[in-house]
Formats: sequence, C-alpha cells, structure tokens
Amino acid sequence: MKTLFDKVWDSHVVRKIENGPDILFIDRHMVHEVTSPVAFLGLKSRNIGVKHPEKTFATADHNTPTINQHLPVKDPLSANQLKALEENSKAHGISYWGLGHEKNGIVHVVGPEYGITQPGATIVCGDSHTSTHGAFGAIAFGIGTSEVEMVLATQCIMQPKPKSMRINVLGNLNKGVTPKDVALYIISQLTTSGATGYFVEYAGDVFKNMSMEGRMTVCNLSIEMGARGGMIAPDEKTLDYIKGREFTPIGTAWDKAKAYWDTLYTEENATFDKELTFKGEDIEPMITYGTNPGMGMSIGKNIPTAESLEGGISTYKKSLQYMAFNEGDSMIGKPIDFVFLGSCTNGRIEDFRAFTEIIKGKQKAPNVTAWLVPGSHKVEAAIKEEGLLDILTAAGFELREPGCSACLAMNDDKVPTGKYAVSTSNRNFEGRQGPGSRTLLASPLVAAAAAVTGKVTDPRELM
Amino acid sequence: MAYDKFNILKSSIVPLPIENIDTDQIIPARFLKATERKGFGDNLFRDWRYNPDNTPKEDFALNQDKYSGKILVGGKNFGSGSSREHAAWAVYDYGFRCVVSSFFADIFRNNCLNVGVLPVQVSAEFLEKIFAETQKDASSQVEVSLPEQTITIITTGEKESFTINAYKKENMLNGFDDIDYLLNMKEEITAFAENTPL
Repeated sequence: MKTLFDKVWDSHVVRKIENGPDILFIDRHMVHEVTSPVAFLGLKSRNIGVKHPEKTFATADHNTPTINQHLPVKDPLSANQLKALEENSKAHGISYWGLGHEKNGIVHVVGPEYGITQPGATIVCGDSHTSTHGAFGAIAFGIGTSEVEMVLATQCIMQPKPKSMRINVLGNLNKGVTPKDVALYIISQLTTSGATGYFVEYAGDVFKNMSMEGRMTVCNLSIEMGARGGMIAPDEKTLDYIKGREFTPIGTAWDKAKAYWDTLYTEENATFDKELTFKGEDIEPMITYGTNPGMGMSIGKNIPTAESLEGGISTYKKSLQYMAFNEGDSMIGKPIDFVFLGSCTNGRIEDFRAFTEIIKGKQKAPNVTAWLVPGSHKVEAAIKEEGLLDILTAAGFELREPGCSACLAMNDDKVPTGKYAVSTSNRNFEGRQGPGSRTLLASPLVAAAAAVTGKVTDPRELM
Repeated sequence: MAYDKFNILKSSIVPLPIENIDTDQIIPARFLKATERKGFGDNLFRDWRYNPDNTPKEDFALNQDKYSGKILVGGKNFGSGSSREHAAWAVYDYGFRCVVSSFFADIFRNNCLNVGVLPVQVSAEFLEKIFAETQKDASSQVEVSLPEQTITIITTGEKESFTINAYKKENMLNGFDDIDYLLNMKEEITAFAENTPL
C-alpha cells in the first residue's frame, strides 16, 4: 500500500545507489538570482550547459526593490546579481521573468499562477520555501547551490528518501482562524525540528475544505518544522485551479497527465513512519513571541515560562531577551512599529482580501509603518481590479511592487534595530527582517488588526 | 566545486552551546549578494560576532583567542531555516572542516556534505561532554575519523560512532562530487526523461 509521497517519489527514481541516495528526476526547476550565480559558474568551469532549459524557469525576487522598479537598481551588488541571472538565463535559453516583466513575482507565487506547478511533479528551487508547491500534490523541496548546479547540469538530484509523516487536522476551523494559524499551530506543537528527516502529507477535512492558496500557505511552512516538504493530495479543486493556465497541458497532453494525477492519493492501508492528529476546533489565531517559528501560541495566551519547557532553558531565555519580552507576558496590547503583508507564505490575493476585510472603514495607526507587498504582478493587478486598493488607500495604506521584500530584508525593506514587526512571512529569526529587528509572525487578519490599532490585537474583535 | 579530501581530523574546537542556530545567524541575508563564492568566511555569524559599528563582540566564541580549531560544535538543531548554501560556504571558508551537533537540519547537512564540511551527529550526552571538556580546557582536542566513523574526546578517551551513508563517505574521502557521477549516466537520464508524464 503506497502513500501519495511514495507514488510520486518512486516514479521519479532514475537509479538507486546502494547505501546511498536515490537519483531523482526533476520535472520543474525554478531559479532565482541569489542562489544560482555560483551554480552557473560551476557549469562554466565544467564547460557544460543546462540539460533541460525548457524545464527551468527563472525569476528575480529575493534581491529586488519594491518601489520604483522601473528605475535602475541602486545597490550595485544587487544590480550585479540581477544582471547575472538575466545573462545566465539568456545564455542557456531559460525563460526569464526579470524586474519589470509582467510575469515577475516571488518564485513560489508565480509558479502556481502560470501552471508550472502541477500535481505529481518533482519541483526544486534553491529556496527552502519550495515546499509551497506541495499544495498541488507535488514533491517540492528546497536545495543548496551545489544541487542547483546538479539539476541544471543533469535534471537530476541525489537525495536519500525521507521518512513519511501524516498530519491530520480534523473538523472545522473557528472564525478568524486562517491557514497560517493552522500551520503556526502545528509548528508550535512539533517545534522547529519536529519533522526534520520527514516529508509530510497533510490530510483531513480542514485541508480538504481549504482553498488552494490556503494549502500553499500550509505547505510553504512545512520547512519551519524541519520537514523537507509537505503535500496535499490533488482533488477537483486542484485541477480546477490549474486548468487553463499558460503552462498547464491541454488536449491529449492533459488527458495523459490527468491519468497520472488520478492515481495520486494515499491508499487506505498505507502506513506512515509517524502520524499526528489535531482538531481544527482547538486552533485559535496565532502569534509568535520568540526567535523561531515554533515559539508561537494562541494570541490570547501568555508567554510560557522557561520552567514549563523541556530543556533548552538558556536558549529560550536568550530568545526572549532578544525580543525584550518577559515570561508570562500577554501578547495582546503589545505596541508594534511595522506591519508586513506579503511573502511566499501570505502574499496572494486571498491574503490581501483578508487584510482588507479588517481594515475597511478604519485608519492605519499613526505609529505603524505598513509594507504591503503583493507576491506577483498578477496579485497586484487583482488587488486593483477587485477594488481592494481603493479601500487600502482610503485607510492610509500604500501598495508596493512585488518581491520577497521584508521577509528576508535583502533589499531596502528593513525593520530597524529594536523595532517590532507583525509579519505574515515565515521566519522570526534574530535579524531576519533587518539587523536587530523583532518579528511577530501571524496571519493577514492579525497583521491587519495590528496595523489599525498599533498594537497586538485579536482580529476577532474587529470582525 | 572541488574541496579538500577528508580523512582524520584532530583539532581543538570552537563551542557554540546554543540550540536552533539557523542559517540566518550563520550568514545573514544581506551578505548573499555576491555572484562568486568568495569572502563568506568574513561574515560567518556576522551579527553575533560584530557590533553594529563592526567592532568584535568580545564574549562571542569566534572572537576569543582561547578558542580555535577546525571543528565547530553547536547545540541541537544546527542549521535550520533557509537553504542558502552560503552558510556552509561561510563555515568552510572560515576554516572549519567539521561541524558537530546533536541534531542537524536536513538541507544544511546536505549542503555541508556537498562542500566538504563533515556534519557529525552525536548524542546529546556526548555533545555535553565535549562542551564540558572545552570549558575545563579550551585547548582540549577532539579527533574525528571518517574512515572509522568515530569521534573521540582526546583527554578522556571517550568515543562515539556517527553515521554517514557509504556513498557520501566515499565522496568525502576522495573529494569527489555528485555531478561527475551524474554526468556519467547521461544516457540513462535522457532515456528516463523521455518517459516522464509531465
């Protein structure tokens, strides 16, 4: 009895090395400017090319400005990196969606938007949040630059087959609870290393009833509990989503692909190395208080005491000290300085709809700097078409241009030292959003509530 | 990219007894703008190592003269977070050839193996013993033998085995890389590609 993961993995194994990794064929390789230049240099030094440029897609996102994208990039190092991606793509015949291109956006947002992401595919990218694409029933995971070079050169990757884990979330979600909260809840239960060595399948009614964008948010955050990736079996919703997109197969190619897609589910008696079950009703809007995504809790709770934890007390205290929080503090009411809506985790249209729903008819708090960054030009266009921009503007918000932005603060979107940011992104590590920055991870609803009140606020009070 | 072969390494250690050291700490994102692999060692642990005015933080292990060596020893769940291989490059370029911890994040472990840094996973107890010995005497040494797959605390003679798959072990002993292996099976891959459904 095979799991969904087994089916996709096994069908892509070119060769098994005895006492070593499997050699896995890769269907789609996504490339961005930060983790690829050294890989292309490697090809050059070996005097070889890209084996399958038609399976390789390049976009610029990590190191791009989110204002004035029509002007030359000011930072010479960033400009140089963007130029390298453009030249490398051109030299190897890879489609390149650079700054200013209508299809430009965050790699994990544009992949699904254009139908590059498909069920049952193996997808890699030199970025740990490649796990996002697992929402479609793909095996998708992040890789290092040596592996980027490996895939460019051979369209294969060497990986030991991970162990399998199924996470079931049963029942329904409460009002104000979003896919982000579901993921932060699971991570808080497992810790940031609880799924290391595993590939996760998410199952149960909560995921079945979740939108494709919600599923992407959940799968995106799989890496934050250590899992290489997470996936959800494709269903009618999945096929409806991909149908008619630019890179989605049509005609007989669709029929052939669909025959394969229809086989992609976990068989009834298949077993997992580990299986966990949670109740949807137990999940509330979440917020993090520490310096890793596992340090999260229901927004209304108090920060746990070090004594209540198993081990790691000095690391825990170091973390709270960095955040300038105390054990036992309530998060509600804590003043904040920045709000970041965006990233491959929560930079899609549904996230902007959720944010707008809360701020509609209210005003941005004067003490808050808000960065609203769509995940792609397509998301940006939808924000305008749906009239969300008018509501945001009336409430005192501005919309920026697409990119990874303040999620990792490689560009100028940096939260200053000591300032607090409520962010819809994926990591609250020390300095992640700028040296000395303090990040509170949360859903778009929680971010919106903070944006209009200037402090940590339960969004259910504003709904 | 070619790297130094790894066989037996005997060295004092640099201790970082902190858990969940993520790759944003190992190398912050703002130092990922290079298009060549050089100079990453200078920014290894940048924000833990230097004050905002670029003066060294005296209490950080890398800045303490008493600690040196080619083995970095970190707390549980070392290398979590971003897939940036720059983190492994920074570790290597600084001069480390081995990282010891009681638990590694997957991508960081793979990246290390691909760039010639040996990740050695030990038990939590053994990790504590290494930290304790170094606290007693900062110059105390550890020996890592890849052929034997063992790690030994020299002063006490305590030894533990570690695992590494046979293929990767062979690569590290010889300085081989995966791409050469894959390039040698070009035809097999081409034939496979023709029969994929997507």
